[in-house]
Amino acid sequence: MTRGRGFFPIIRSWSIAAVAALAVLAGPAAVPALAKDYSHIVIATEGAYPPYNMHAPDGKLIGFEIDLGNNLCARMHITCTWIAQDWDSMIPALNAGKFDAIMDGMSVTPQRLKVIDFSIPYTQSPTTFLVLKSSPLAKMPDTGKRVSLDDDAAMKAAIAAITPALKGKTVGVQVATIQYNLLHTYLRNVVTIRTYKTTEEHDLDLASDRIDAAIASTSYFVSTLNKPGGNQFVEVGPLFTGGLLGKGTGVGIRKSDPELVAMFNQAIEAAKKDGTIRALSLKWFKTDISPPN
Amino acid sequence: MRELDFLGATMLQLLGGVPLTVGLTAGSVAVGAVLALLLALLRANSRPGAALVSAYVFVFRGTPLLLQIFFIYYGAGQFAFVRASVLWPFLREPWCCALLALALNDAAYASEILRGGFAAVPKGAVEAGRAVGMTRLLLLRRVVLPLAIRQALPAYGNELIAMVKSTSLASLVTLMEVTGIAYAIISETYRAIEVFLCAGAIYLVLNFALTRAVAVLEAKLGPAGT
Amino acid sequence: MNTSNPFVLLGFGPNGWGASLVAGAAMTLAVSIAAYLVGLVFGGLAAWARIAGPRPARRLVGLYTTVFRGIPELLVIYLVYFGGSEALTSLGHLFGRSGFIGLDGFLAGTLAVGLIAGAYQTEALRGGFLAIPRGEIEAARAVGMGRLLMLRRVIAPRALRFALPGMGNVWQQVLKESALISVTGLSELMRAVNVASDSTRLPFDFGIAGFALYLVLTSFSGGVFRNAERSLARHERAR
Repeated sequence: MTRGRGFFPIIRSWSIAAVAALAVLAGPAAVPALAKDYSHIVIATEGAYPPYNMHAPDGKLIGFEIDLGNNLCARMHITCTWIAQDWDSMIPALNAGKFDAIMDGMSVTPQRLKVIDFSIPYTQSPTTFLVLKSSPLAKMPDTGKRVSLDDDAAMKAAIAAITPALKGKTVGVQVATIQYNLLHTYLRNVVTIRTYKTTEEHDLDLASDRIDAAIASTSYFVSTLNKPGGNQFVEVGPLFTGGLLGKGTGVGIRKSDPELVAMFNQAIEAAKKDGTIRALSLKWFKTDISPPN
Repeated sequence: MRELDFLGATMLQLLGGVPLTVGLTAGSVAVGAVLALLLALLRANSRPGAALVSAYVFVFRGTPLLLQIFFIYYGAGQFAFVRASVLWPFLREPWCCALLALALNDAAYASEILRGGFAAVPKGAVEAGRAVGMTRLLLLRRVVLPLAIRQALPAYGNELIAMVKSTSLASLVTLMEVTGIAYAIISETYRAIEVFLCAGAIYLVLNFALTRAVAVLEAKLGPAGT
Repeated sequence: MNTSNPFVLLGFGPNGWGASLVAGAAMTLAVSIAAYLVGLVFGGLAAWARIAGPRPARRLVGLYTTVFRGIPELLVIYLVYFGGSEALTSLGHLFGRSGFIGLDGFLAGTLAVGLIAGAYQTEALRGGFLAIPRGEIEAARAVGMGRLLMLRRVIAPRALRFALPGMGNVWQQVLKESALISVTGLSELMRAVNVASDSTRLPFDFGIAGFALYLVLTSFSGGVFRNAERSLARHERAR
């Protein structure tokens, strides 16, 4: 494989023809792929979804998924390179061949499975609301109660319980997430939905009282609560799982790469068995969000 | 056929964002024009004022609009005293922040355009106005401004088109104008090219209409026979 | 640990974001220069076709400048970033390559901003050409200069002299538009500011740092263009 030269190394193997055509225009090299060579892959993450993945002040990518991904790559005996990529262009960019795998707290959902494949899940954590402690919403009912969206009766009861408190409020959510689907499906006529490019942006707006609540996975809110100023927030409302929230987060892979999916599945299975995922989860999340066996 | 259906549905959804795009443009251009006029007058009438205006223009023309929007939206919310102030009900709204950033940016460019317009007003016209005993204000209203605006109109037309395009950045502070809706559709369908082509067509039509309107205005304001 | 001391945050220590901001500024400069050069090529070709080309070529140039000056820059960047990869991939299939060929953020951003800059550059260069007094060209013809010699000795230097202010504006525009390339994930200055603000929840502090760095870039490089203008003008006085 060939390493791209220049400011932004491209680590795919590409063909000479494309290099000749493109390098004339802009310098950094581009080279065509020997398809199906998995000895070296590029994994994309967002770098803005702590503690799954984030940027250290020196610009390096760090986090649970970086540690886990490197561990999985070692198990598969392949070399992996990480690149940072915006969330909302993640799936189109995967399919456009900008990288080979996504590890970005991305939940396995039926909708996403239409366009890409996933490995088996490597984490599973429920979805809930975050509000300011000073907000009237801090007393939302059903706080901490587990509600599976697969259970129709329980889902209806939970939505009915929180509807009066949420009526007319503005809820922030990251665009193109399962949490957005939850709001859009069950609470569309109750709350005003405001979408953000990153979860950290809705945290900023929640702190400045622009929105009344944010919705995301509890594993993400761990980092929010642990940051400076995190003590002004509190998690409220039911802990939603299942249904349109999916079965947990998996590695996103192009449909044309079933071999890579199989490789990841085997590595994740092994990492689950020997307790690696659990250990990394405790290290980064202070709680065990490894998926059930 | 399915392809056409998709394009049609996308177009329809995107058109839903047109009122917001047009509203943001109109609002920011109106506020920007008033600010620009104030800046141009401040610049012409006092030395410290002129220095202040040049600093303002330097900062707003020397930095990306994206940074300005981002700074006003997220930067303002960082401070408790801002959130406690009377301005917060406005700054709390993404619409107001985007409009404010766009207007401040527009004012910097428009004040420079207006300055060029003022510089092009013939001295003779001003002297003639004075000779017939016009007051300063009347002179400004009846002679200087119309002539300056006529001079500045072609450049200002370009600025208006730039503003239409700039409103697309409002999508980055949660506003669902045409580009914001385009993002949302893509995140559901993952069909970036078709969606952005539809959005691009909408902007081209808007800008074409604007260009025609400015041309008509130019013809109206132009002296007879030219 | 976590701190809100701006000197630490903006510094170069282990908790400082200074290094990543400076690296971002360098990347902004690099991608801007690349995009400007691409724009110069597109703009030069388009201006030439507009001035001397046959009618269909002139029409095509008209379409190019209208479209790329009328669509938001953000849209163009997305089109090239995603559309470019799709086009390249299908082109690859034509030549029997399976698998994907992608444009990275640098390449896509360079191409997108370059295409936009080219549209404006066309007008700047054409304006420069039209500003050459007809007499100079007639004089050159009268002394029997060939087409190429005339282009090299009269038209190009004179048009450049008149086009330079416009070309300087295009450069400023490119520098500022490069901030939009941050949406492709390229770690240029805007992205560095965003990442630092989100991670520290101090968007005001890092926004100010961003303003300062962009102003350094725009005013410093603006000075380069002003110097070039001055030296060309001096040359003129000397004659």
